[in-house]
Amino acid sequence: MNILNQWGPIGLFMVFSIVLPAAPILVAAIFAPRKPNDIKLQTYECGVETVGDTWVQFKVQYYIYAIVFLVFDVEMIFLLPWAIAFNELSFFAFGAGFLFIFLLTDALVYAWRKQALEWN
Amino acid sequence: MASFLTTLLVVAVVATTPLILAIPLIWIERKVAARIQDRLGPNRVGPWGIIQPIADAVKLISKEDITPAGTDKVVYNLAPIIAVASVVLMWACIPFAPNLIGVDLEIGVLYIVSVASLGTMAIMMAGWSGNNKYALLGAFRVVAQLVSYEVPLVLSLLIPVMLAGSMGMQDIVTAQQGMWFIFMAPVAALIFFISAQAETGRAPFDLLEAESELVAGFNIEYSGMKFGLFFAGEFVHVLTNGVLIAHLFVGGWWGLGVSADGGILSNVLGLVYLIIKTAIFYFISLWLRNTLPRVRIDQLMDFNWKFLVPISVANLVITSLLLKISQVAGFAVDLTTNASFTAALPMTLLLLGGNIALIFGVIAIYGFNIRRDRVQEEAQAEAIAHATSH
Repeated sequence: MNILNQWGPIGLFMVFSIVLPAAPILVAAIFAPRKPNDIKLQTYECGVETVGDTWVQFKVQYYIYAIVFLVFDVEMIFLLPWAIAFNELSFFAFGAGFLFIFLLTDALVYAWRKQALEWN
Repeated sequence: MASFLTTLLVVAVVATTPLILAIPLIWIERKVAARIQDRLGPNRVGPWGIIQPIADAVKLISKEDITPAGTDKVVYNLAPIIAVASVVLMWACIPFAPNLIGVDLEIGVLYIVSVASLGTMAIMMAGWSGNNKYALLGAFRVVAQLVSYEVPLVLSLLIPVMLAGSMGMQDIVTAQQGMWFIFMAPVAALIFFISAQAETGRAPFDLLEAESELVAGFNIEYSGMKFGLFFAGEFVHVLTNGVLIAHLFVGGWWGLGVSADGGILSNVLGLVYLIIKTAIFYFISLWLRNTLPRVRIDQLMDFNWKFLVPISVANLVITSLLLKISQVAGFAVDLTTNASFTAALPMTLLLLGGNIALIFGVIAIYGFNIRRDRVQEEAQAEAIAHATSH
């Protein structure tokens, strides 16, 4: 029941947060003129006609950043409960948290030394 | 049934608030930008141009909405909605006053961070679905930026959570009765402010709409109201960051004459204090936006991964170590049980000292590196000059 009390309003919020921005789009769809033609619907790339496929190969660097981010983000989720319970932590748990942060730093140093953070 | 209707009403009011706020915010934003750049800003529609945003909204609604050929229609139409929805959802558990909050979730901070990252997804969707190379390239850049700056953001967020011993927003604010967290963790507050500025994609981190490089960035193919919604979302996000900093580090609604379980006066005063604190951080954010030039993408990434992230990890280690020391030594106070200013003072001084030591340490290390690089460069330049003179 407590969970429903807390998360029920959030569910309502989600409905509202979709409906509220959708409303002006719908209003605009009613009032806005609609006169499409071929030239107007062209992709806008500085006025030059589009060459080739849009979904081009992307820089592999983005992928590396995404992986480094993933490592950090998941580890930080584990640090949150440690931070909440900080006042009641035993000495062992406190040390375990430190070991965890050390591993986090280690990952950063590894990525740094492997030149994964260089933009080139 | 009655309680359901109350909940519905509360949710409707809280969810509409940020969108209503967007209208004056557009005017404030343009007026402040104009004043900083020595212009007048909007001044034709209504007194001081105050009705300008409404005129803009009417224009956006009556504008033709062009959906270019070859777009992925569902994703294309969903992206602006999600961009706004992520910001609206953040307001669900942001307190307004001691007894005014949408939903006081136990995991409020985690909830806010997670719905905020929905915005990243909206940008990727917009860039991907537009069938435009520039939009896609812009989206890749932005996602790399937003995702990277989330790391120092969450790492600095851990410190108020640690100090208050809770992730609930009201708990964090209540714990700051005697002492604001900015005095215990100034470094965390600064890192949070910088990475929040990057999360909104504002200058100096405005690579997502680098007009001169990528036509416009991820939203090239949008027009009319859908284009407007991205900006409405961005404007409200900047304000939301101001509110978050006010709550997490500057005591939220605490101020002279406010009590945690007070009556109407306490709530009204609390709201006023919160608005003042938010306005200060909002103004600083606008000020930065209009003063600093845009950074390059490699500088942007280096600044995050080689400067902010190491410092926020070091900050986390120092803060937790000092907090544990003060607990063992016996002068730590439980901030959740109404700690007064004097009770929190020794702990604050210890943490503040740790933060100042960290700042000086960082300046020393980076200063040493910069000096070493400069000496090397000068030696090289001298060698070249020497070789060419003969």
